[in-house]
Amino acid sequence: MQLFIEQVLNGVGNGVVYGSVALALVLIFRTTGVLNFAQGEMALFSTYISWKLTTTGMPVVGAIAISMAIAFIAGAFIERTLIRPMEGRSALNVVIITLGLFLGLNSLAQLVFGTDPQQMPSPFPEGSVSFIGDATIQKETIGLIVVLLLECLGLWILLNRSRLGLKLRAVASNPDSARLHGIRAGSMLMLGWAMSAALGAVAGSLVASERTGFDSSLMQTILVYALAAAALGGFDSIWGAVICGVVVGVADALTIQYVDALDGIEVVLPLALILVVLVVMPNGLFGKRTVERV
Amino acid sequence: MSLLELSNVAGGYGPVRVLHDIDLAVDDGHVAVVLGANGAGKTTTLRAISGLISVGGDIVFDGQRITGKGPEAVSRLGIAHVPQGRGTFSDLTVEDNLRIGAINRTGRDVEDDLARWFEIFPRLAERRRQDAGSMSGGEQQMLALARAMMARPRLLLLDEPSLGLAPLVTRELFARLGELNREEGLTILVVEQNANLALDIGHWGYVLETGRIAVQGPAQQLHDDEAVRKAYLGF
Repeated sequence: MQLFIEQVLNGVGNGVVYGSVALALVLIFRTTGVLNFAQGEMALFSTYISWKLTTTGMPVVGAIAISMAIAFIAGAFIERTLIRPMEGRSALNVVIITLGLFLGLNSLAQLVFGTDPQQMPSPFPEGSVSFIGDATIQKETIGLIVVLLLECLGLWILLNRSRLGLKLRAVASNPDSARLHGIRAGSMLMLGWAMSAALGAVAGSLVASERTGFDSSLMQTILVYALAAAALGGFDSIWGAVICGVVVGVADALTIQYVDALDGIEVVLPLALILVVLVVMPNGLFGKRTVERV
Repeated sequence: MSLLELSNVAGGYGPVRVLHDIDLAVDDGHVAVVLGANGAGKTTTLRAISGLISVGGDIVFDGQRITGKGPEAVSRLGIAHVPQGRGTFSDLTVEDNLRIGAINRTGRDVEDDLARWFEIFPRLAERRRQDAGSMSGGEQQMLALARAMMARPRLLLLDEPSLGLAPLVTRELFARLGELNREEGLTILVVEQNANLALDIGHWGYVLETGRIAVQGPAQQLHDDEAVRKAYLGF
């Protein structure tokens, strides 16, 4: 039992990470209709920026804040220069561009910041608190959970309770019609990318700070798990992404502990999850069922 | 005096020229009807006015030249365009759809307008929390009209509002449009295949043929003209 609880807590810790990256994926998908495969590598780049800033002696929180601001601008820039020209063409073009961005950003990060593992300091206190019985949970994990919940709440309020959010959703739903209502569709798409990149900067920096050392491969498996979480959550639900991130994390931890057959190839799990979700329930657990009449 | 005036408007989509030479005017407080066969350029004319495509020539709205302005800017000047397919935000709720109509307005009268449209179309009130895409074609057309009106436009452009609707629903829709025009002085430019109903509420009619105005005249006169009916309107 003790082992089980420990593994679940372990899974929650990883799951929060998957959830926070899934959140950024869902945000871009909901505001622009694009699945951004480069999300992880954009976060990686921002993480390097955070780390670089801390090496100059800057406080960790300040470094992450500046990295967020840079990511915000870079996200808008990427939308404007790489995604916008594809407007009106096949969705496949955008997918290929984000895949190219994935490879390009990864290589660029290695070129600029080198290939040696680096240590990102944590903004949270060290140590752990006891949870159930002898099981403990890292303070860092609790910090990550709190940050993630705040992000979700902020996004939910922005999208569902503000005029700006309504504009963002209108453009995602029907860009031409939105423009006929005087909404600047281009600005909204840029904003979607910008916000998503900023969320990625937080996710990446916090993930890296949790681990002993990170290099340019930091986000690669995480992205696969985050995609599984987003798919399971239905891709358009903010809370769905986060809850399913934790579900995927726990499922993964338990698989590693109890399913010897998958020893060493645990990444099969999220891939299997994506497959099952797409076949059995394409709208995921939390996605809207789309019924459309004409 | 004309609220909207098009002169020598020509253009289309890339190399494909759809409009050759359109001269058209809509008087303030009037309903203008544009008729014509498929492919004559009716929809393109509306898209040119609202800035969805760029064209040559002059489009003047309320004394201001709007040729070359994008749809965002044209909309802010007070032109509401209900496009073909109704421009529904399918995965948003009915209420959100209506609020998008008023997105560039502020103040408490937005809530008053919302209440008013829910009163005029009770079906929309019943379904206010439902996804707009789940409603029937007729309900979506009502929603599109109400959404456009939430902007309090000075000119309403309607693209084939009767498309895909049952005859009874179409009749109700045109009755509403007539009311809006008579009681609130709303200026309307409507493109229609259903010539009969549209000319009934119209003041002036245009018949479009391959990108040119072929015939124009007072709506009633077009309606009664045997030759025009046979040649262009098919009834």
